[in-house]
Amino acid sequence: MGALALIAILVPLLNQAVPASSPFHVSAYGLTLIGKYLCYALLALSVDLIWGYCGILSLGQAAFFSLGGYAMGMYLMRQIGTRGVYGDPILPDFMVFLNYKSLPWFWHGFNHFGLALLMVAVAPGLLAFVFGWFAFRSRVTGVYLSIITQALTYALMLAFFRNDMGFGGNNGFTDFKDILGFNLHSDRVRVVLLVITCIMVAVSYLVCRMIVSSRAGRVIRAIRDAESRTRFLGYRVESYKLWIFVFSAILAGIAGALYVPLIGIINPSEFSPINSIEVVIWVAVGGRGTLYGAAAGAFLVNYAKTYFTTSIPEAWNYALGALFVLVTLFLPRGIVGLVSGRVRKPPKSEPLHAPANSPERSNE
Amino acid sequence: MSGKTLHLENLTVSFDGFKALNELTLQIEPGELRCIIGPNGAGKTTMMDVITGKTRPDSGTVTFGEDLDLLSMSEPEIAQAGIGRKFQKPTIFERLTVFENLELALAGDKSFLKTLFARRTTAQDTRIYEVLEIIGLSRQHQALGGILAHGQKQWLEIGMLMMQNPDLLLVDEPVAGMTPQEIERTAGLLQSLAGEHSVVVVEHDMEFVRSIAKRVTVLHEGHVLAEGDMDQVQKDPRVIEVYLGA
Repeated sequence: MGALALIAILVPLLNQAVPASSPFHVSAYGLTLIGKYLCYALLALSVDLIWGYCGILSLGQAAFFSLGGYAMGMYLMRQIGTRGVYGDPILPDFMVFLNYKSLPWFWHGFNHFGLALLMVAVAPGLLAFVFGWFAFRSRVTGVYLSIITQALTYALMLAFFRNDMGFGGNNGFTDFKDILGFNLHSDRVRVVLLVITCIMVAVSYLVCRMIVSSRAGRVIRAIRDAESRTRFLGYRVESYKLWIFVFSAILAGIAGALYVPLIGIINPSEFSPINSIEVVIWVAVGGRGTLYGAAAGAFLVNYAKTYFTTSIPEAWNYALGALFVLVTLFLPRGIVGLVSGRVRKPPKSEPLHAPANSPERSNE
Repeated sequence: MSGKTLHLENLTVSFDGFKALNELTLQIEPGELRCIIGPNGAGKTTMMDVITGKTRPDSGTVTFGEDLDLLSMSEPEIAQAGIGRKFQKPTIFERLTVFENLELALAGDKSFLKTLFARRTTAQDTRIYEVLEIIGLSRQHQALGGILAHGQKQWLEIGMLMMQNPDLLLVDEPVAGMTPQEIERTAGLLQSLAGEHSVVVVEHDMEFVRSIAKRVTVLHEGHVLAEGDMDQVQKDPRVIEVYLGA
């Protein structure tokens, strides 16, 4: 949390107040990069919640991320208006190019920011609900569930690549102009976006923390460690999994929605199965089942990726693979486990001696 | 005594042609402590699976109390209806503390939203500490379940059943791997539970069965071979042939 607050305050300051000549100046590029890492940290949180705490290895989280991104992208496309290449006041450029005569029904209303925000949560949430409803009720678990989540994101990628889906085909959406009337290319607006992203990551972190430290959070960990025991205690395991899965999908959607205006593009490659797997690697490297480990892992691995793909691009995939293998072998609890150096945080949730009254649980 | 009668009738379960249960009929009275013995493959665990909703039988009925048809219910529903189960291999939440293990077993509304905002009441805390005392784990209540000794895990799981406050406890091999002293304590524990709850114990350890059982049922090849007190059962020539005599 402290690190987040630091980013939220320091980065805008270094970007806006420090002259470009100073070595401490954060460039617009640096700003965007940090914003991107923050979105990834949020995505990693969503994976840690479902995988680290509930034991469901979702390899389709990029699908929810992309859906959130597309929902935001649709709003941004509608905002372009007559400033597009073809100057059509209603139809986005790609529709004019593809000979659309009118707006497809699902594009209606996306000129309203409120609806776009709603869809950022509803689209991934609904998909997760329907998918999870069937998968969890049929008691699909473990590697089988992971495989069908991969299939899900792959199928969506193929679908979004098609021009007649109405989502811009393989070009996706780009060339955005402004958001709520503010120019997306201005540094000030980008700084505000970064701060909003920081706040969203912080709020999501706190909500996740609240969930995992509630009794429901303990039930979720119980499901991870002994699913049938939990069931025989009278818990509806399926419904717990479904709630967490949907919530995690919505978090991923929000991450995608924050990502798109910062980066300025969304296309079907975001659905690519490898993206989902990468998120899992971030979480594993950072340390699963801790929340902050996931966020730290996202920052660390992506910083390494940025660094290595510019210096030795062809070796990056090998480096990533090696990193994952090494962490799995030598740091099963991730970087965070290495730093904290303890077997486990001592449980602070219960009083040492007999109960005088029910004590409040500490937050972390 | 507010217990309920468990009634199994003509239960048949087959796995790939092998009849794990074969027309099994059995009745457990409220407050009774019943031991079920039988050689490997006699159908003891399958019977528990059917009662708790894990396995669906090919035919037969299972009723609990007046009119509860267990075969139409899911595992959580059956648990909520008042049937608790201890597994053969001690199954507890290894990465939660002993206290948290018991907390999760507390009877009550177990829906997601309820547990998300649940706060323990003083009465619940008191109950947890009571059970901790009974199962002898008061001093370990902050320890992770995973670091407990084998016997302590068994007790913790029995403690979890007590938290559920079920009408019927199904206990699968409670003393496997225990030292003689531990076995003695477990016997006392189960006997103290009977009366208020019905208790069904599946066990291989004959000494143990003799020490606690009033009534013993011998299963063999999926049906009841003999039923009665321990002495009667031990004298039964069919029982001697398939099990005790071996």
